[in-house]
Amino acid sequence: MRTANLPAAPRHGSFLIEARDVYRSFGQTPALVGASLGVASGEILAIMGPSGSGKSTLLHCLAGIFTPDRGEVWFDGRRLDALSETKRTELRRTAFGFVFQFGQLVPELSAADNIALPLLLNKVSRKAAYQRATGWLQQLGLAELGARRTGELSGGQAQRVALARALVAQPKVLFADEPTGSLDSLTGEKVMDLLVSIAREEGTTVVLVTHDARVAAYADREVIVRDGKVTVLSEAEVVR
Amino acid sequence: MSVPLTLLGLLEREPSHGYDLKRDYDAYFGRGKPLPFGQVYATLGRLARDGKVVPGEAEPGAGPDRKRYAITSAGMAEVESWLAEPAEAEPHLQTVLFSKVVLALMLGRPAERYLDVQRAAHLQRMRELTEIKRKGSMVDLLLADHGLFHLEADLRWIDVTTARLSALAEMVRAS
Repeated sequence: MRTANLPAAPRHGSFLIEARDVYRSFGQTPALVGASLGVASGEILAIMGPSGSGKSTLLHCLAGIFTPDRGEVWFDGRRLDALSETKRTELRRTAFGFVFQFGQLVPELSAADNIALPLLLNKVSRKAAYQRATGWLQQLGLAELGARRTGELSGGQAQRVALARALVAQPKVLFADEPTGSLDSLTGEKVMDLLVSIAREEGTTVVLVTHDARVAAYADREVIVRDGKVTVLSEAEVVR
Repeated sequence: MSVPLTLLGLLEREPSHGYDLKRDYDAYFGRGKPLPFGQVYATLGRLARDGKVVPGEAEPGAGPDRKRYAITSAGMAEVESWLAEPAEAEPHLQTVLFSKVVLALMLGRPAERYLDVQRAAHLQRMRELTEIKRKGSMVDLLLADHGLFHLEADLRWIDVTTARLSALAEMVRAS
């Protein structure tokens, strides 16, 4: 069979983050039914699938936001799902960054405040935190908007600030759930271009949930979640 | 891509030698598939025969043909008509894929798997085009966009067909 020239999935054991046979339900509704997935360090992975397939639930399980009902989630050699809530919160703050479709910024705070916030929570000095926030604003072409409240920014500007906030503390993994979902095509493209450029430069692993193939095309590899399971193509189906 | 009409269009800018036309064609439209010189001169010959271009006097210099070609009013009318007329919307782009899916269902083969593999192939091509967009010129970017949007449309069809496979399977088996 003639198939895609896909990058092969990394081999078991070399993953930075991994879900193993994960089940998660909401009430009587199952969202994940034996989902397994591994992401290598530095990899940019897109999780795709129809609405309600469980792709966002999988991302939330990988990020330690949801605890699986069954199965295991591993991060950097540690079993994430077995950690206490306090430890998981700390891990999310220090090792993970998050970008969502919207609603992640504090609208009453300025762009610089929002970017500096994760650093301040990590006990970085105020001066150093704001210096780094200013650096990010310059890098993202938003230098003149540092003092502007994020509630007053355009969608594209706000998503760039959200990206800076997610990456300012140099997380090992960036979790992005429909990061361009509220943006028009061209603005979304700019955000994805920035996200990928910075992730590659910093060696950040990215787990990206999207229903948009053009966004998924920025990733190194994609998987499809369908009916709560991850569909992975075998090596035999991947022709180089 | 219509080579004769594109060459005619390039000639509408100014009279040109075959060499110049080839160079401009390759730069803007060739995209890794340069136009052979033989095809350039054969096309110019046919356009001249049909009264759409006129060759000038042979000029001194190296090379097989040093004539400068100019577009005629008939040629200009043809370019105008071609540019103004919408291209065929090609409603049967999915014929091959559609046939494969239906046949797979008829034969009890894993149609969903085939569609997954096709999706992966499409996404791989989209990855390549996205990389071209990120690193290429504005012309590369526009061409890559065109390819990306077409592939995206195919992917939507693949996704919707995947969601409808059970119903389609029932229909195929019942008939």
